[in-house]
Amino acid sequence: MGEIDSTSNRLRSQPDGAELRAAGAFGEWRRRVDPAIASAFGCILVLLLLGSLYSSSFLSPEYLLQQLKVASFLGVIATGMMIVILLGQIDLSVPWVVAVGGMMATAATGWGPVGVALAIPVGIGCGIALGLLNGCGVAFLRIPSMIVTLAVNAVAQGLMVVHTGGFSPQDASSPAMRFIATGHSLFGIPNALLVWAVVGGAAVFLLTRTTFGRTVYAIGNRERAAYLSGARTRLVVMAAFAISGGLSALGGVLLAGYASKAAQAMGDPYLLPAIAAVVLGGTSILGGRGRYLGTVAGVILITLLQSILSVMQIEEFGRHVIYGVAIIAMLLVYGRGRRHSD
Amino acid sequence: MNVTMNANGDWPYRLREHRGTLLALLAFVVMFTIYASNHPAGLNANVATTAANKGVLLAIVAMAQTLVVLTSGIDLSVGMVMVLANCLASTIVVGSPLMTALGALGVLLVGGVCGAINGLIVVFGRLQPIVTTIATGAVYYGAALALRRVPGGDISAPLADALTGQLPGGVPASLALLLALVLIVWLPFRRSAIGRAAYAVGSSEVAAYMSGVPVRRAKFVAYTLSGLLASVAGLFITCITYSGEASAANGNTYTLYSIAAVVLGGVSLFGGSGSAVGAIFGALMFRTIGDLLFVFNLDPLWQPLFQGVVLAAAVCLGAARLLQVRNRLDLYG
Amino acid sequence: MQGISKRYGGVRALQDARLVVEAGRIHAVLGENGAGKSTLIKIMAGVVAPDEGTMLLDGRPVAFASPAAANAAGIVCIFQELSLIPDLSVADNIAISNPPRRFGLIDARAQRRMAEEALARAGAHDIHPLALVKDLSLSRRQMVEIAKALGRRPRILILDEATSALTAADVTTIYGVLRRLRADGLALVYISHRMHEIAELADECTVFCNGRSVASYVAGTKTDNEVVELMIGREYSGVFPPRAPRAASDAAPRLELRHLRWTDRLNDISLRLHAGEVVGLGGLDGQGQRELLLALFGVLRGTTGEVRVDGRPVVIDGPHTAKRKDIGMALIPEDRKTEGLMLPMSVRDNLSFAALARLSRWGIVDAQAEHAAVQRIVKLLGVRTDGTDGAAGSLSGGNQQKLVIGKWLMMAPRIILLNDPTRGIDVGTKQEIYALLRELAGEGVAILFYSTDYDELVGCCDRVLVMYDGAIKRELAGAEITERALVSSALNIGGAAPPLAEAVGAPAL
Repeated sequence: MGEIDSTSNRLRSQPDGAELRAAGAFGEWRRRVDPAIASAFGCILVLLLLGSLYSSSFLSPEYLLQQLKVASFLGVIATGMMIVILLGQIDLSVPWVVAVGGMMATAATGWGPVGVALAIPVGIGCGIALGLLNGCGVAFLRIPSMIVTLAVNAVAQGLMVVHTGGFSPQDASSPAMRFIATGHSLFGIPNALLVWAVVGGAAVFLLTRTTFGRTVYAIGNRERAAYLSGARTRLVVMAAFAISGGLSALGGVLLAGYASKAAQAMGDPYLLPAIAAVVLGGTSILGGRGRYLGTVAGVILITLLQSILSVMQIEEFGRHVIYGVAIIAMLLVYGRGRRHSD
Repeated sequence: MNVTMNANGDWPYRLREHRGTLLALLAFVVMFTIYASNHPAGLNANVATTAANKGVLLAIVAMAQTLVVLTSGIDLSVGMVMVLANCLASTIVVGSPLMTALGALGVLLVGGVCGAINGLIVVFGRLQPIVTTIATGAVYYGAALALRRVPGGDISAPLADALTGQLPGGVPASLALLLALVLIVWLPFRRSAIGRAAYAVGSSEVAAYMSGVPVRRAKFVAYTLSGLLASVAGLFITCITYSGEASAANGNTYTLYSIAAVVLGGVSLFGGSGSAVGAIFGALMFRTIGDLLFVFNLDPLWQPLFQGVVLAAAVCLGAARLLQVRNRLDLYG
Repeated sequence: MQGISKRYGGVRALQDARLVVEAGRIHAVLGENGAGKSTLIKIMAGVVAPDEGTMLLDGRPVAFASPAAANAAGIVCIFQELSLIPDLSVADNIAISNPPRRFGLIDARAQRRMAEEALARAGAHDIHPLALVKDLSLSRRQMVEIAKALGRRPRILILDEATSALTAADVTTIYGVLRRLRADGLALVYISHRMHEIAELADECTVFCNGRSVASYVAGTKTDNEVVELMIGREYSGVFPPRAPRAASDAAPRLELRHLRWTDRLNDISLRLHAGEVVGLGGLDGQGQRELLLALFGVLRGTTGEVRVDGRPVVIDGPHTAKRKDIGMALIPEDRKTEGLMLPMSVRDNLSFAALARLSRWGIVDAQAEHAAVQRIVKLLGVRTDGTDGAAGSLSGGNQQKLVIGKWLMMAPRIILLNDPTRGIDVGTKQEIYALLRELAGEGVAILFYSTDYDELVGCCDRVLVMYDGAIKRELAGAEITERALVSSALNIGGAAPPLAEAVGAPAL
């Protein structure tokens, strides 16, 4: 790298104190402890307390582990969603990409022993393909992501309806699928949780240590500046959507493994919670800001919320209302836009 | 110095202004002609009425979506407001004519309130419409579930027959309803100052603000009216099915299809241009395309895929103009 | 207006400024970019509030909280950034703040009459009231903007560079309109760079320089040269690093451009840039200088013409290609806040962003290398910041610009393009940047920069290319580059001031 060792240090400008103090102590603290993540974990504690009031076994290790296992499915899906949201986009194709993942993986088991072995990659591969479609629409055609992903969702649904003939898919999951979804290994930790841990670890690495991750944050913050700095913004956007598609499909594979088969509309209950988990974890819906730890907190929070609601035997309708209200409340605290006069 | 020299040169400009809508109308006429001429039973009054009922239902939801899209927002809760209105209508729009009327008003009121809530959060909470309406959609769905845990209920038969039947001459009554909505809701909105403000906001919020346009009020009114129209759709669907069902799938489908209709109807997703009339034709066109499969004896299994592909194609076409951009910086916000 | 002062962060935009405007007169305001004219006008129009000073309207003190308040008092301003709604018709736009109504709905016919009246008043008879604004050319849009302002029945009308986008014919029309308005008793404030326009129209002039109103005089009582001198002023003895004599070399020019064209904004531009040269782009604002830099960097689509780097033809299809090792181009963009930096991200992340590929292996960022490189650049440029973890947005303007430059220095560029790099930056940082540019040139970097500051062009450049209407009209080299030459060639393109009658018929300058 060409060095320019110069003595322009001679001319130092006068300190502009007024502008620099803002960086000071408060900013430092705020970076260390993200208020959103802190409050997400706080809410988790509150929920655990509430749950224990209802039933003493709520705080037992078995139950908590069970919760974490259930959370893993959402966790995998939310990871992909987080990356897309960090870009400043959104992925509404989750419902049917999840279904595609599950259905294609189970379908592969019907293709002989090779199919059984490749069931999981086939499922994920289909998800990546759909994700690439999303990516093309957003990166090259500059269509707003919510529209592209809604369209891809519709197409994916159409494809699956044709594939299954409108009936429930009859194919069974492969043993590998069942294993990663329901098995236990390593001191009795559920495999699904391990899968989430691996995915999460990779996500953290990707976001914090790689050029890809840096570019994702940059695009979410100011795509124009990222472009003018020479970043390959279109490729990064495509890759992000491909990852999201792949992870959604992986979620579908896990779900199919858990239930031993796929089901129609199996991905529908995961779209809103995935977005909620990411947003509740402090990731800004406008992009450019957020840490994976927050998404983890958000996923656990949502899962616990769901459990409490069923333990308290709150009816289904209450669940939906509480989801919606919780997201709005969180956003009102952390995600507001600017006034015109700013 | 003749100021009025262009009096007879108006037509090019009027055409330009309504280009999207006219294209949608043309496309719909073509589609419907193909459909009607190939329908096994021919185009009789009953066939027309059934088709009209389904088409008008989507058209009303599309109108609701248009109002919000014009302000460069999006309403992903329209389907759920419709479902909520459906469940509510199946409960309270029954009994004597007075009760029925009050019930119907109640449904409309609830729809307006739902829209107003969306508007308040977007305008004063300054939250993004997409996430807001996903969340409020969940709340409205929850409310619908609370009303109708299982499908059921009823609706006043005279009302249902009136709205879904036929007028003298074989004209479907639903078309009259649609016309009434356009005349009573859309045209006054469009021609009013607040309606034009909505267009301005969608076209360029910054310029609108600098020009003193009431940005917040325009958005709020757009969302509220949208909720109102969605509840009309909910009332209408109750008239068709004679029951209320809290179906999330239904709600999501109608939300998605309303966006398709809006795009097909020449309304710009970026806001500021287009017309609810265009969206109506877009909706009718979309429905007809779906029915074309039936008419041509194609497997109904292919319908969802077909409609999904049509939506994707429409969306791509809508984005084609961005490919003309000469300065790439304009592509990046 | 009296004693008006306004600061923006570390920069003093206005200091004790004074302006007196009378009814039935056209008052011209002159000054270089950054002299404070726009800020004063914004204060007058209610867009910003002054830190100090008073405003008297008809002898009574006033203060405006918003543009709407100023409008209500009869002060209407036509800014350079248009406030038209693209998807609405001309008539809609003209009547937008107060449309005529009937039964609660907009009366389309009355609105159209109103629009036609306003258009007539503005002399724009051939604009159809139903045309959509987005279909109109920039010049037509400006006319609509003027009509819109007139529709508000102002008592004081401010035009901020209102003729910059107009065609020659439209400019002539506007002269007539403005004279008529003056006869009607309006007070007009006219900001312009164009000497012959001011000579044509103005009754009085006020000159701004470095935030102060340095002179007010009746039009015609000062020669052009005197005015130019007032505009330039001498607030600080601009210290510029001495220009090193450049050894002539036979090597191919570092950057060569042949017949570059792009839409109607760039017309057949050819230039050569040698290693170690600092070349400036001059001329009035908006003549294509910014577009030229963007075109070189690969941002514009549909350019024709040839670009050669070190004699080899290259095709630059985007910034990622431009920054490639064999081309080595860097662009310091126009707006550091929205194009140069990701403000919420840390100083370190911003600095390392362009060079990320070089600081990483297999896509994984080498944190240590990054840290070392960042520290080096921060020290080199003297960026005042509390560590590199703070958000870039918390830095002052000058330091932010240093970040943008530093980001590109990490790439060791061989060609640096700068788009008005010292706008809005304090004096000290400016001098640091000048010194830096000279050093880089000394090491063989070829530098091309656009500046609206004549001092800079004189002090830093080996050559200056003065642009007009998308083409290079004049080249000044070495000792030829003086303030006078720059200002006069930008304003009068030809040297001597042409007779007034001829100037009116000439293409709008």
